[in-house]
Amino acid sequence: MSNILKKEREVVIPGETIAEGMDYLPGDNTYREGEKIFSKVLGLVGVTGRVMKITPLSGPYIPMTGDKIIAKVFDITMSGWRFETNTAYSAMMNVKDASSRFIKRDEDLSKILAIGEYAVVKITKVTSQNLIDLTMKEPGLHSISGGRLVKINSQKVPRIIGKQGSMISLIKEKTGCNITVGQNGIVWIKGESEKELLAEKAVKMIEARSHEEGLTEKMGKFLTGGEQ
Amino acid sequence: MAYTERVDGRKFDELRPMEAKAGVIPNADGSALVKAGKTTAYAAVYGPRELFPRFKQNPKTGIVRCHYGMMPFSGSGERIRPGNSRRSQEIAMVIEKSLNAMIDLSAFPNAVVDIYVDLPQTDAGTRCAAISAASIALADAGIPMKDMISSVAVGEVDGTVVADLCYDEEAYDAIVSDIPVAMTHNTKEITLLQMDGEISKEDLMKALEMASVATDKVYELQMKALKDKFAVRLEK
Amino acid sequence: MISNKEAISTLAKVGKRLDGRGLLDYRQPIQLETNISWTAEGSAKVQIGETVVMAGVKLAIEKPYNDTSDQGGIMINAELLPLSSPEYESGPPGIKAVELARVTDRGIREAKAIDMKKLCITPGEKAWFVIIDIVTINDAGNLFDAASLAALTALKAARFPEVDPETGAINYKKKTDQPLPILKEPLAVTVYKINGQLLVDPTTQEEHAYDARLTIASDEKGTISAMQKGGEMPLTIEEVGKMVDIALEKAKFLRTEVDKAVKGN
Repeated sequence: MSNILKKEREVVIPGETIAEGMDYLPGDNTYREGEKIFSKVLGLVGVTGRVMKITPLSGPYIPMTGDKIIAKVFDITMSGWRFETNTAYSAMMNVKDASSRFIKRDEDLSKILAIGEYAVVKITKVTSQNLIDLTMKEPGLHSISGGRLVKINSQKVPRIIGKQGSMISLIKEKTGCNITVGQNGIVWIKGESEKELLAEKAVKMIEARSHEEGLTEKMGKFLTGGEQ
Repeated sequence: MAYTERVDGRKFDELRPMEAKAGVIPNADGSALVKAGKTTAYAAVYGPRELFPRFKQNPKTGIVRCHYGMMPFSGSGERIRPGNSRRSQEIAMVIEKSLNAMIDLSAFPNAVVDIYVDLPQTDAGTRCAAISAASIALADAGIPMKDMISSVAVGEVDGTVVADLCYDEEAYDAIVSDIPVAMTHNTKEITLLQMDGEISKEDLMKALEMASVATDKVYELQMKALKDKFAVRLEK
Repeated sequence: MISNKEAISTLAKVGKRLDGRGLLDYRQPIQLETNISWTAEGSAKVQIGETVVMAGVKLAIEKPYNDTSDQGGIMINAELLPLSSPEYESGPPGIKAVELARVTDRGIREAKAIDMKKLCITPGEKAWFVIIDIVTINDAGNLFDAASLAALTALKAARFPEVDPETGAINYKKKTDQPLPILKEPLAVTVYKINGQLLVDPTTQEEHAYDARLTIASDEKGTISAMQKGGEMPLTIEEVGKMVDIALEKAKFLRTEVDKAVKGN
């Protein structure tokens, strides 16, 4: 006799029982013990078919191949650059992955990306020890200049992007800013300074209220000028 | 049983007024404030983050590192000289051990999760408040855990088994035993157990039963602290 | 990881800041609370924006120093707790904590804020010693000002503990209603220079993007009691003059906040 004990999108804490019975399967951020399925993190309950999962409300970014992130150069070696990624793990970008043009052997790599600079890059590989390889060769990847960077919880990135990009498009439209959201929780905003600030506030607001319903509509009101 | 009335008038199994809040330190990945009577503990979690020195790194899993400190003005007598005392080192270790079994850092090889607990004021039950606060802070940080850990001290004062001893009870002029306990919620397993004083086995078992109930009360507050962060605001 | 140095510098040039504040605006809320620690003889918690700092006063009776045998003493200590920022590690105080402690100490000591002679109990034998410990709870920038506010508020809220007249032992668990002999109320305001512009109450990011700073402690009469210049770049005499003016004005503003807090308790 199987039972789901929590409502969809209900907030649960680690160890809370979310379902009992063998009809349900333990999905992301849950575990099964005996007949019961428990949450492993602070998050929102989600049910897809028979799979119970928890969407975390906070937590570290887990690097994945194919993710677009914003990273910061902290070292330049013979073979490329080393980046900070807002995780416990550093990342490497080889010279051959920096640009589609040919980079000569004795070229000064710091002219392409200097220490302290930020870049929008893509993860090409993650080892079992979470060492990360990056590329900047594809369209849409580039070094960052101007604008401002904002750090948010990486778990909120899907909310900030929205279904089919609806939320991020709304913010871009209402503020006229260029916005790039890194999967690792770093957001780059570039536009007029007051509009950048408005976009930053919008992003922070979504981060704080990600668990609420009807957020896109609420953000629309906020961005148009006033109500929160 | 000569201890018939508690110094602060509580019932024998009654906990001191307790408060718990999550997310009180914005810089931290997770944080909490726990007040148990006049003992207050701040806990902050940073991580998973890079671990130095490298030889401490574990390629199979992240590790937990705990630090415990009493602020210089937090002792009930003279000022406490800042720095790591042997007592705070031991307490940091037992806090870490009480939480470790529930934490899953297998997705974060070579990394560390740092837990810092600091207390601005104390009135006994400090390691218990620290553990309860650390547990909230870990959940607040999104660290995967099988269960929450809740902690309270039980013991016996002059023949009477009581829960949540205050300083005046620990220091009571009679035979006293002070037993800090931490337990998981679902399986009611003990992850912290220390004792000093004198107690019979029979009374010890009674005290542990009392701890089982008392830690549930702490759990309720921990859960509320975390869920209150996400209580939906009423539209004006 | 995020520094935004360029954005901060570019905006400062035109009198703007990342968070939209005016150059001379303090963050909100500014909140002060006293008696946040029952074990301290006096204590305070100060919040400026997201920066939160606590200060606790402990009193002890010791033998006076040889060269000031008719006076008590004061010492200010500061700890940048690792729980307050990812930048801090466990261990002995680094230079940042030492500077914070010494600058706050200088502001109060050199202002002769406390009547040291009144702290004397028996000349050459016993006097009260005041120790203020400042700890950070969340460091979001501007610890100098927050620490100074917390230290002063804690001093004002402090009360002597009872002393057994026969044994001379201090009963820390019982407070008298006697406050410390405070003569003046110095407050520190730190003014920062970024790309030629002067501003107050920096965020952590602004603290990593500044050229020079000047901390100025002053009392209610506008008498300057301590100064400390920091940062890699120099200041002109004119700039120093402007910074002092700003500090004196802001100290007045902060003082009204202290009064609100102390009255409420």
